[in-house]
Amino acid sequence: MSTSTRSRMGRFSVLTSFSAAALVLIFLVLTTSQPANALPAFARKYGLRCSACHESWPMLNYFGQKFKDNGYQLMNDRDAPIWQNPGYWPVTFRIIPIWHRVSTGKNVVDTYAGGSTTPTGSTIQRITSSGFDLSGLDFHTGGTLEKNFSFYVLPSSDATASFHFETVMARLDNLFGSPWLNIKLGKFELDNLLSEKRILTLTGNGGVYQLYHFSPVGDGNIFGQIGDNQLGVELMGHSNNDRTRYSASLLSSSDGNVGLITGANSYTGFFTASQAFDVGKLGVDRIGAYAMVGEAATYYLTSGGTPIAGSGIGNKSFHREGFVGQFYFGQHFDLQVVTQHGWDNAWFGQGYGNAINPNNGTPGGGTNTYGINNLPGTPLPGGAQAPTWNGVLFEPHYVYSPQLIFIGRFETIRMSRQANGAACTACTGGLGTGGQSPSNLGNISTYTVGFRYNPFMTPRAGFAWHNEYNWLHSDGTGPIVGATGLNINTGELLTGFDFDF
Amino acid sequence: MRTRLQTWSLLMSATAVLALPMTSFAQLTQADFETRINMESHIGNLTGHAKDAKADYRRYCVSCHGDNGDGNGESFPWVDPKPRDFQLGIFKCRSTPTGTLPTDQDLFDTIARGLDRSNMPQWSTFTKQERADLVAWVKHFSPRWVNEKPGTPITIPPEPEVTAERIKAGRDVFARVQCWKCHGVLGQANGPSAATLQDDLGRPIAAYNFTEGSRPKCGDTNRDIYRIFMTGLDGTPMPSFADNIKPDEAWDLVFYLRTLMRQNSKEKSMAKQLGLKPVDPNAPAGQQ
Repeated sequence: MSTSTRSRMGRFSVLTSFSAAALVLIFLVLTTSQPANALPAFARKYGLRCSACHESWPMLNYFGQKFKDNGYQLMNDRDAPIWQNPGYWPVTFRIIPIWHRVSTGKNVVDTYAGGSTTPTGSTIQRITSSGFDLSGLDFHTGGTLEKNFSFYVLPSSDATASFHFETVMARLDNLFGSPWLNIKLGKFELDNLLSEKRILTLTGNGGVYQLYHFSPVGDGNIFGQIGDNQLGVELMGHSNNDRTRYSASLLSSSDGNVGLITGANSYTGFFTASQAFDVGKLGVDRIGAYAMVGEAATYYLTSGGTPIAGSGIGNKSFHREGFVGQFYFGQHFDLQVVTQHGWDNAWFGQGYGNAINPNNGTPGGGTNTYGINNLPGTPLPGGAQAPTWNGVLFEPHYVYSPQLIFIGRFETIRMSRQANGAACTACTGGLGTGGQSPSNLGNISTYTVGFRYNPFMTPRAGFAWHNEYNWLHSDGTGPIVGATGLNINTGELLTGFDFDF
Repeated sequence: MRTRLQTWSLLMSATAVLALPMTSFAQLTQADFETRINMESHIGNLTGHAKDAKADYRRYCVSCHGDNGDGNGESFPWVDPKPRDFQLGIFKCRSTPTGTLPTDQDLFDTIARGLDRSNMPQWSTFTKQERADLVAWVKHFSPRWVNEKPGTPITIPPEPEVTAERIKAGRDVFARVQCWKCHGVLGQANGPSAATLQDDLGRPIAAYNFTEGSRPKCGDTNRDIYRIFMTGLDGTPMPSFADNIKPDEAWDLVFYLRTLMRQNSKEKSMAKQLGLKPVDPNAPAGQQ
């Protein structure tokens, strides 16, 4: 048998195997499908299937959004806990055992020559690792304390069971009997129509919306992340049928970190408005807009040269704004679209603002990887300019049934103005001290595809077999060769069992 | 070697096993099914098609109303009041006389309005077309829609001006037709018959408590309340009073019922000014 024949036969064999596997999968999907029952916490209360509120759990559909906007109430005069069996406890746990393979390009790796036990040089290479892993544990509990008094508490851990409070909020619903007046206080997710906390993807880069966390290379502003839960107060309102919605939030510029460790008296506003339209057999489509406008400290008082937590002053401004579209094309296909235009003050662009980074060690100390304290007398480098960028994400879904959903996403973010302008000679933004940054520095493109299959759900638990692949490309953020950084490609393949109970 | 008899036996057994699950569909003929799956609804200019509502029904409705529309979904044991059995073709909220089928518009409105104090939410999130399709889907479960036409909506005369006399007259109607026996003298659903009430399927059912909730089940306008006691709530012990209450008296009763409700209203203020006392069940007839 010739090599080419063996090769063809090998390909045939592989094809046959894949076909067989696909057939088995289809067979399993078609034969083991059972009616999708209710999501644990709220479905136990109301007897509705999870599919009533979720396009695919945890992503909300229109009815679920209305339920949430009403303060986790159906508004049937049976929402108060007094109507529930006293044994009812509104809690859901969620954790995800996974296998994933992560491949990151352009890592600087030490080399050893001539039997040396100390590095003699370095090379640039891709690192790929794979294995079994865990997500963190989410401990959702929410509902009503009384009619029109709702709450949500979400202690959340990382994979090592180190907990923090992801959400803690109480809400006064339908003030003065009007759905247009609802006030929420605490730490909560911003009113993003395309919710990152309800994202359908799980990989490291695909499990977040890049657009919701984008920061230019070298930028010191961590406070403009609309995907992070924030501390503050929210006024929200909607029409009875939820076609029209608005919200306005006043937030501490702390990126949701407790303890007033960042600025003193620095606040951010987040505003949304949207309108849904009845488009006949296509469904209900919605378009909206959002804006985040805020200030955050760039200068912290110091003690012995170390920034003092909670002493931030020297506020500088930033904003993000964009449009959101939720387009439904019948009962199986929809497309979610979000755009963003972002702007940070030039001081942030030069790395100031994050001198106290709670994610990098203890407040006031730690190991800041970026974020420079704007000490008195510090001049803004000549040529420094406010970084700006534009981005868009498209997320189509094909909902074969409430139990099987196919997900895709494309996101791209393009810098329209770098922090280090043409006149820079000693700017501290971008890739470090130096001159003008390449125009594409920090640009991101990412693709995500996957599917989630729920073979069963019961009123007590949910289960999804989750499969996903994400690929992310960023310009110029790799090791610096010559005057520019290398482009980096990162890929991740993930499969896991996403369950809650 | 396997004999021919053994082979036949195996084949017959296999056929029998495969045929077992099909027996549950035996009561529906293919012709019935085809007739019903092509069921339409007509609401204004909209035409709903049953077959277009299948996915929505499965996503939103089936946990209570069941795959076959018999009200026996997986949530049946846990919800109260029990989900509607669409196969019976009997509905509470209608504009048509008791015993008749509701209009498509009645079902259309019920889906959007929901049924307060039950697990039926307000499905106002559907498009009008989706709701029209669901109306057709609901209808396709019952042969009544093949064999009968919906009733003619009752005529509701224009609403008169509310007066103190009318409220007092409404109180007299409340006493005369013995609403208090189920609903209680204060409308708190604690009348002497309340504990014995059963629906048409023999399940316990509570009388309507006027002092609770934010809205009546079948609509919260005065015309809706008028309609409720003049058409009755089919399938429940609440009868139609169309033969016992004249149209003018019906408006009086509407005004009196408003005084029992929790919500503030003109009628309630007037009753307070009048010092209107609840009916006295122990008083002689005509003086209650």
